[in-house]
Amino acid sequence: MGVGIKVEHLNAWFGKTQALHDISIDVPANHATAVIGPSGCGKSTFVRCLNRMHETVPDARATGKVRMGELDVYNGTAAVQIRRRIGMVFQKANPFPTMSIYDNVAAGLKLNGFHDRQRLDEIVERSLKLSALWDEVKDTLRKKSGASLSGGQQQRLCIARALAVSPEVLLMDEPCSALDPISTGKIEELIFQLKENFTIVIVTHNMQQASRVAEFTGFFLLGKLIEFDKTEKIFTTPSDKRTEDYITGRFG
Amino acid sequence: MANQALGAPRLTGPQPVAKPEVVSSSRAETAPLIKAGDSRIPDGIFHGAVLSCGVCVLGLVGVIVYQLVTKSALSWHAFGWKFFFRSEWDPVNEQFGAWPFVYGTLVSSLLALVLAVPLAVGVAVFITEMCPRWLKGSLAFTTELLAAIPSVIYGLWAIFVMVPLLREYVEPFLARYLGWTGLFEGTPYGIGMLAAGIILAIMVVPIVSSITREVMTAVPQQQREAVLALGATRWEMIRTGVLRNARAGILGGVILGLGRALGETMAVTMVIGNRPEIARSLFAPGYTMASVIANEFSEATSDTYLSALVEVGLALFLVTIIVNILAQLLVWSVTRGMPRRSNA
Ligand SMILES: Nc1ncnc2c1ncn2[C@@H]1O[C@H](COP(=O)(O)OP(=O)(O)O)[C@@H](O)[C@H]1O
Ligand SMILES: [Mg+2]
Repeated sequence: MGVGIKVEHLNAWFGKTQALHDISIDVPANHATAVIGPSGCGKSTFVRCLNRMHETVPDARATGKVRMGELDVYNGTAAVQIRRRIGMVFQKANPFPTMSIYDNVAAGLKLNGFHDRQRLDEIVERSLKLSALWDEVKDTLRKKSGASLSGGQQQRLCIARALAVSPEVLLMDEPCSALDPISTGKIEELIFQLKENFTIVIVTHNMQQASRVAEFTGFFLLGKLIEFDKTEKIFTTPSDKRTEDYITGRFG
Repeated sequence: MANQALGAPRLTGPQPVAKPEVVSSSRAETAPLIKAGDSRIPDGIFHGAVLSCGVCVLGLVGVIVYQLVTKSALSWHAFGWKFFFRSEWDPVNEQFGAWPFVYGTLVSSLLALVLAVPLAVGVAVFITEMCPRWLKGSLAFTTELLAAIPSVIYGLWAIFVMVPLLREYVEPFLARYLGWTGLFEGTPYGIGMLAAGIILAIMVVPIVSSITREVMTAVPQQQREAVLALGATRWEMIRTGVLRNARAGILGGVILGLGRALGETMAVTMVIGNRPEIARSLFAPGYTMASVIANEFSEATSDTYLSALVEVGLALFLVTIIVNILAQLLVWSVTRGMPRRSNA
């Protein structure tokens, strides 16, 4: 089951430039939350702060408080432990090209020292079914490399890889921006099903996508959270002028 | 769609900013800017030039092989193909066999790889993944500088510094603790197969590590992030996200290093002992194909002797080709099933 994420006064820097300013937000459990805003406003930085990927960039740092369920993300827990409980899907599909489809999905579990063959088989199958890829790859699981799939299939493979470790939260950073409309549709459908069991945070450039998949939406601008509310409210009666300007296409 | 349920979102498409400039068509009709066929002649010249370069190289290899074969005919008639597997090397009685040299070349080169590859990969991992930025450039430069030192300098250093160290400390130590393997027994002369392997290893490290560094740097950042996001530690990230992706390229670097080790002459001659013997112990002296050719060419008085030396050259050529074919097969088996360019 998913857990909620509570972010308080989050600030993030790249060297001396501040990329996020005092973000406070409550991401509800078992819902999809969209993060929108123009390029460079800090959407990626924000989601990368949630699983502490931000600090893997040289000179990058973050302050503030992030709670994930019972867990204090920045205090008293190792980054490695946090990342094992949060799945992440990137903008550009990044399957491991030297591994078979099966090994791609099992990669996270094997990192965790999980080697029970039968259980692995079950989990790989379940994850690929969850990500709606099973039927397309079940005959070539061990024969084909992860990189031999099409772009949309690769992205669903990455989702399966993230789901295999049973995360509580799934972070998706513009997962469809490099995909054709049909693959995009499949992934949106997927998000719709997944949010029953996972908490999903999805960064998107596409406002229709946000309105289709997410119950909640946060609008970022220049590293600040301008507005966070029900998606319906954001897209129909936003309370901030800047949000309205953005969603009506007046800038960005 | 779900979006209807949200009422009517006020989404509008992008507004056209300015009309595109209308291109005047009259000029195109009167004088075409690009004449058809213009590019044929320079293209043809270029094509011919590169083609002749390619043919030249092929021809050169052909001439070398032809020379090696014809000049070794005498020895070939005397000993047949058994020449490559005979262990005798007796110029006085005109009995020749290349096996001790083939053995010496292969063993010293393999020993060099065994010592050099872990070190070189370690250096590359340190430079690309862990090194503080201020040290990176100078460390990379220094490693590369090692490749630019002439091999006679390595030989001199080996004779005056490395060999005494081996004789006094390293070999007695190895004999005491690893003597039971049979690889480290007998008198520790300092000079011998072990010394040759070590000096070759030092010469191979910069080649392997600079190529490993290149291919590791070329691994996309997304691969590292993919592994990290799964909760990998730094070492797991390097192993799964970087080394695994770079392995075909690293193997390529190892092959280049092996090529250098197989053909290296000067430094090896200075420390290997130059005795056409085959011994299990790495302390014993040996001889390599390149060394025997360099050392004995000027004193080869009889035609058969000279011809036998040329045939040793042919053997070196063949061994190099065989090793390269095996290496290609290895790379192929590693990359099998992978797309040609894995950039995902
Ligand atoms: N690796 C980095 N090093 C330095 N600055 C960065 C880096 N990544 C992003 N930034 C800066 O941080 C800001 C936010 O970037 P990002 O979170 O990627 O925006 P978004 O995902 O909304 O397009 C931008 O101004 C960008 O230039
Ligand atoms: Mg981004």
